[in-house]
Amino acid sequence: MAEGSRDQAARHGPHPGSLGRWVWSRLTSMRTAIVLLISLGVASIPGSLLPQRGVSSDPGAVVRFSRENPDLAPWLDRLGLFGVYSAPWFAAIYLLLLISMTGCVVPRLVRLWRAFGDDPAPPPRHLERADRYADWEPEALQAGAMVAHAQAALRRRGYRVRVDRPVPSPAATTELGSVTTVVRGEKGFLREAGNLLFHASLLVMLLGVALGSLMGYEGRVAVAEGDDFTNVISQYDDFTPSPLTDLAGLRPFSFTLNDFDAQFETVAARRGEPRSFRADLEYRSSPQAPVRTASVEPNKPLAMGSTKVFLTGHGYAPKVTVRDGGGQVAFSGPVIFMPRDSTYASDGVIKVPDATPEQLGFEGFFLPTVEMGPSGPFSLFPDDLDPRLVLTAWSGDLGLDTGIAQSVFTLEKAGMNQLRSGDQPFAFSLKPGQTAALPGRKGTITFDGVARFANLQIARDPGKEVALLAAILLLTGLTLSLTIARRRAWVVVTAPTTTARGRVQVAASAVTRRGLPREEFDQISEELRAPAEPNGRSRHSPTRSVAHQSTRHGK
Amino acid sequence: MPSEQALASLSNSLVYAALGIYVLAMLSYAAAAAVAPVRMQRRATAVALATVIAGAPSSGPASLDEPTSSQRAGFGWRTGTSLTVLATALHALGVLMRGLASGRAPWGNMYEFALVGALVASIAYLVLLRIQRRSAEDLRVALSLGVWVVGLVALTLGLAITVLYVPAGPLIPVLNSYWLVIHVAAAITCAGVFTVGAVCHLLYLLQVRSGRRAESGTGRGRRTTLPSAETLERIAYKVHVFAFPLWTFAVIAGAIWAENAWGRYWGWDPKETWAFITWVMYAAYLHAAATPSWRGARGAVLGLLGYAALLFNFIGVNMWISGLHSYAGV
Repeated sequence: MAEGSRDQAARHGPHPGSLGRWVWSRLTSMRTAIVLLISLGVASIPGSLLPQRGVSSDPGAVVRFSRENPDLAPWLDRLGLFGVYSAPWFAAIYLLLLISMTGCVVPRLVRLWRAFGDDPAPPPRHLERADRYADWEPEALQAGAMVAHAQAALRRRGYRVRVDRPVPSPAATTELGSVTTVVRGEKGFLREAGNLLFHASLLVMLLGVALGSLMGYEGRVAVAEGDDFTNVISQYDDFTPSPLTDLAGLRPFSFTLNDFDAQFETVAARRGEPRSFRADLEYRSSPQAPVRTASVEPNKPLAMGSTKVFLTGHGYAPKVTVRDGGGQVAFSGPVIFMPRDSTYASDGVIKVPDATPEQLGFEGFFLPTVEMGPSGPFSLFPDDLDPRLVLTAWSGDLGLDTGIAQSVFTLEKAGMNQLRSGDQPFAFSLKPGQTAALPGRKGTITFDGVARFANLQIARDPGKEVALLAAILLLTGLTLSLTIARRRAWVVVTAPTTTARGRVQVAASAVTRRGLPREEFDQISEELRAPAEPNGRSRHSPTRSVAHQSTRHGK
Repeated sequence: MPSEQALASLSNSLVYAALGIYVLAMLSYAAAAAVAPVRMQRRATAVALATVIAGAPSSGPASLDEPTSSQRAGFGWRTGTSLTVLATALHALGVLMRGLASGRAPWGNMYEFALVGALVASIAYLVLLRIQRRSAEDLRVALSLGVWVVGLVALTLGLAITVLYVPAGPLIPVLNSYWLVIHVAAAITCAGVFTVGAVCHLLYLLQVRSGRRAESGTGRGRRTTLPSAETLERIAYKVHVFAFPLWTFAVIAGAIWAENAWGRYWGWDPKETWAFITWVMYAAYLHAAATPSWRGARGAVLGLLGYAALLFNFIGVNMWISGLHSYAGV
């Protein structure tokens, strides 16, 4: 887009010293920019094929990949291939590209600024070799009037125009003693301005991205129906701060998930496809604020200032009550189970640390609409039409006091014994309302009913307005720079002498690769010929019109 | 008001009919290219064509100088173009019926993306013919794209019907946003227009190669119907200059939608990454087109790499890579 002038511009780099100058001119050359662009594209590829930390929709992907490829994974990790977009070598490419671009654009900005003050370029020596050319020799040419006419015609089309002082015509082409006046015009500076705007907006974009990734945050939390959330870090399941995030200054809002509604297609071919999800919240945007209600749906976040709450997923949280061997209620409430597939068959564990004398643990799965298959029960439909909770039970020490962090979705079995009935592991399936008694009088578990949970993503990005502004500038600049043709036009009027007719020459050339607008040249030359016509004095005797446009494009 | 099923099946019939006619158009173009023994006669052929097809001003009965073959070829080009126009109209109607049947913008799953993308490619080709009709040479070049573009359109429709088809229906919740209409429409339009640009680049490279072979004398001097490389390169540039800002817009619109749906405007999801790669490759192409040492074959290769990234984003990312965009309904 820099129309080849970039390599010249590079030579005006600010570095003294020949090596520095050489490096600078290389770095800011267009060829380097192309190579860097290609490198940037190629360097982005591995991040889309390998699991990535912090950017993937599946947070466990890197861990799983490492487990499956124990030999390869450490090497990939050393090369930064699990975090391509924050890897130093990736940053090196785009920073070099931005430096190269800036080194190219700044000198051009200076030249553009000067060019606004300069006169339009003088005509080329061989005017007839311009992209478009026409000449004619009208009878009784009044040079002064024609010059004024040409000036007006160009001005009206937005050209910057300058009229040269009349000079004696070059003897080779015309009679001695004739006088030639040149009208020069130039147009399309917005192209270069757009080009510069485009490149500058990329720097603004970087600023916006940097603001977000230095000061923003992103967190995820799964909230079951009836549960509360308060915006402090300890409440998140997963929280990704930025280096400068003010962790104590998170917006102090809170909410309760009152209800989660999910609708699925029930007919024919697309049975089971999701149709609508809605999380009904009751929230306070700050502890002093009044309680309000809001519905969060996909594509409809709840915004509180610059912090937004998004609905990104949902699943089931079976409500259970566990009584220990002494008949005391040791646990009661919803437990979040992770959906395994699109039928919402979900896996989960229930940990009961308060059970006495031994702690209890349950592991199993939840099926929203059960169906018996040859290899066991499976889920037929994502809605909870006929739910089942299928569990096995463990007793012993849950290992929660060791100080090592545990996942809420796995049972640490080192200190636990599986309960058995006979020689089989004790496994049971519950409908809502049913209770199972554990072997050895260790207690009971009741499946009270089905609740849903919502996966909510809470994010704040203080740089996004800057990035949006940059995007608008980028698009504007790009469009200007690609659609406007920067072009020059000349009208050369040779006054008649006593022995020869006067002559008018019109020529136009595109300065940039974008060719001349199709009609403009014809309109200008027609207009200049026109005034003689009404009184019929002008024969358009010898007229030539040449178009080189089809063979010469791209300067 | 006809039922949704009736509209959906009408849409399917229209698509089948369009596919058949596209294939006929492609055969017609192929025959024309085979019959016209090209270079020596191209100007006359083109002038005749320009007159007949696009209503361009004729400079006299030039076609009479070149009797039979150019007339036969002219018939082929003319028939091909007429059939393409007809097929495109049926195709467009098919898309419209699909939209009415499902009560939404008809680009919510892969079958519909393919359907609409192919339609845009076909329309882009016809618009190109219309723009290029002023110059006989340019029109001839544009027509030479026909067999390829129409062939690709037919191939895409065939694959869409057989592999990607899903019955018409409403959207899944995550797609239910007006940004679907804006972002996806812009992206599909780009895909269609870039397809025409990629065909230009491909033909350009073939042309340059056969030109080199002819120069070095190693080839058999194969006579080819491919038009002059320079014109191809110019058309390719025009096409990309139109599509690139639109692609930029599509990516920006996608980022705004992502912010609205997931809380971040850019997250290096595979779909986003490949949109970025596509953008960067086409940016490299546009820079190459402005750099003398990179113009020509190297630029064309960059353009084709951009198109490859675009295709991979549509096919590969939807089918083989999981990510937040994995709802496209294969």
